[in-house]
Amino acid sequence: MRSMSRKAAIVGIGTSGFSRDFGKTELRMICESVRMALDDAGLVPEDIDGMIKHSDEAPDERAIGDSMGMGNLTYFGDCRWDGAACGMVLRAAIGVTSGMANYVVVLRAFNESSGRRTKTSMRDIDQLCTSDLLQWGFHVPYGHMTEAGRVAMIVRRYMHECGVKGNDFGWVTTVCREHGARNPEGVFHGQPISIEAYLKSEMVVDPLRKLDCYEATDAAVALVITTAEKARRLKQRPAYILSAARTMVNGTEEKNGLYGPEPGALTETRRMGERLFEMAGVKPREIRVAQLDDAYAPLVPMQLEALGFCGKGEGAAFCSGGDRIRVGGQLPINTSGGSLGEGYLRSMNHVVEAVRQIRGTSTAQSEDAHLVLVSAGAGGPSSGLILGR
Amino acid sequence: MSIEALKPLIHSDNAGFWEGTKRQQLVFQRCKGCGTWRHPPRPMCPSCQSLEVEWAPSSGKGIVYSWVTYRGPAPHPAFTIPYAVVLVELEEGIRFVAGMVGTKPEEIYIGMPVEVVFDAIAPDLTLPKFRKRATG
Repeated sequence: MRSMSRKAAIVGIGTSGFSRDFGKTELRMICESVRMALDDAGLVPEDIDGMIKHSDEAPDERAIGDSMGMGNLTYFGDCRWDGAACGMVLRAAIGVTSGMANYVVVLRAFNESSGRRTKTSMRDIDQLCTSDLLQWGFHVPYGHMTEAGRVAMIVRRYMHECGVKGNDFGWVTTVCREHGARNPEGVFHGQPISIEAYLKSEMVVDPLRKLDCYEATDAAVALVITTAEKARRLKQRPAYILSAARTMVNGTEEKNGLYGPEPGALTETRRMGERLFEMAGVKPREIRVAQLDDAYAPLVPMQLEALGFCGKGEGAAFCSGGDRIRVGGQLPINTSGGSLGEGYLRSMNHVVEAVRQIRGTSTAQSEDAHLVLVSAGAGGPSSGLILGR
Repeated sequence: MSIEALKPLIHSDNAGFWEGTKRQQLVFQRCKGCGTWRHPPRPMCPSCQSLEVEWAPSSGKGIVYSWVTYRGPAPHPAFTIPYAVVLVELEEGIRFVAGMVGTKPEEIYIGMPVEVVFDAIAPDLTLPKFRKRATG
């Protein structure tokens, strides 16, 4: 596992930014983002021989390759689950370090807000044998059918086990919106909120408030990954992949670990963290910036605990007041705004922001951001990255 | 409002559960190889990989392990907010998601003793739900 550390790097980033409705197809948004990522890296479509996409998206390798004049792919395939973002980077890194490809693009597009989506739900009848439907039919008849509801169930258990009160999560949203307010690409640019506004926010699924939950957006992101050796000859400062990991455990589903051994903890995130720190050869206290899954605010303190940034039950107190987690603090989180303060692209924007921190180009730049961690998919199949200079 | 979309998909791996509820019986898969209970239903025992399984009756008693209250907007017209959904841990050690009967959401707490009741919501579908259980 360690042999892959520092052998690959993210060398190009492209993003549509975030909107409630760009008025574009996901294929077009992907093409624009990939072109931007190639320009960023100093590459052309003919250089690309690998592509990793997400199974939730309809635009496929053929459609994208044909649209862009990328006609010579030797390494491609899909990843699944909302927590796939860093796992897609891992797959790309495996491709380039094994010599199966030279330059791999990783991409996602998700028009969740406008609904200009060419593929809808994974939960079709033909998915009967997938794990979500093992559980789905036992939840829906009771009206337990929203992702917020599923997250609320594990959050309530976490609160019970750790003596945490619901209001303690407010600083996560407040700080993400503070960072997002500085980011012109996000939908909350110039729109910070106060902790008082959070406390007045209505309950959606108790114990989750509206301001604990992400809002749907339209967005696309593309990344370019190559070997460390090739990365040094390209335009940007490489964001070296010190480690990448993907984890899944029994009894869980997406944001829904009801049947596993510890629903009130994030088992997959914990195991992912152990692999990340071991492969990178670094300790949690060495991480300068973290981009954590904040689709739902309480997942942030739960991840801080699972990743070893603080002790069990200490995550909410760590976030309280916001000073430790805002730029300039002990561990700035989600410096682009993340899902709560920039937009929701299943942590792909968190990877982009990690690269910006490494390059020193974030709109909420942390000093000495030489080690940046990304954690995706909290509460289900997870993935993570540690990037370094 | 039609509840068709809310009905579980019944197939040969899980039919035993829903046949049990029609008889007002809460049954779960128990491995004939190693005796491990499991839920949701699956074709193979994750502990010993046996395909031999029986649908064994649960005591129907347990405690609330976690719960949520949907306060709206309602995710489907068949449901009226506010309504609670509980995660029950049964005496057999397995967990089960269900609705509560006869208890207001604000009265629910983790550790609350509960027992199963049956609600025939359609001619072809009976749902197990839970109510507060007296202990002692």
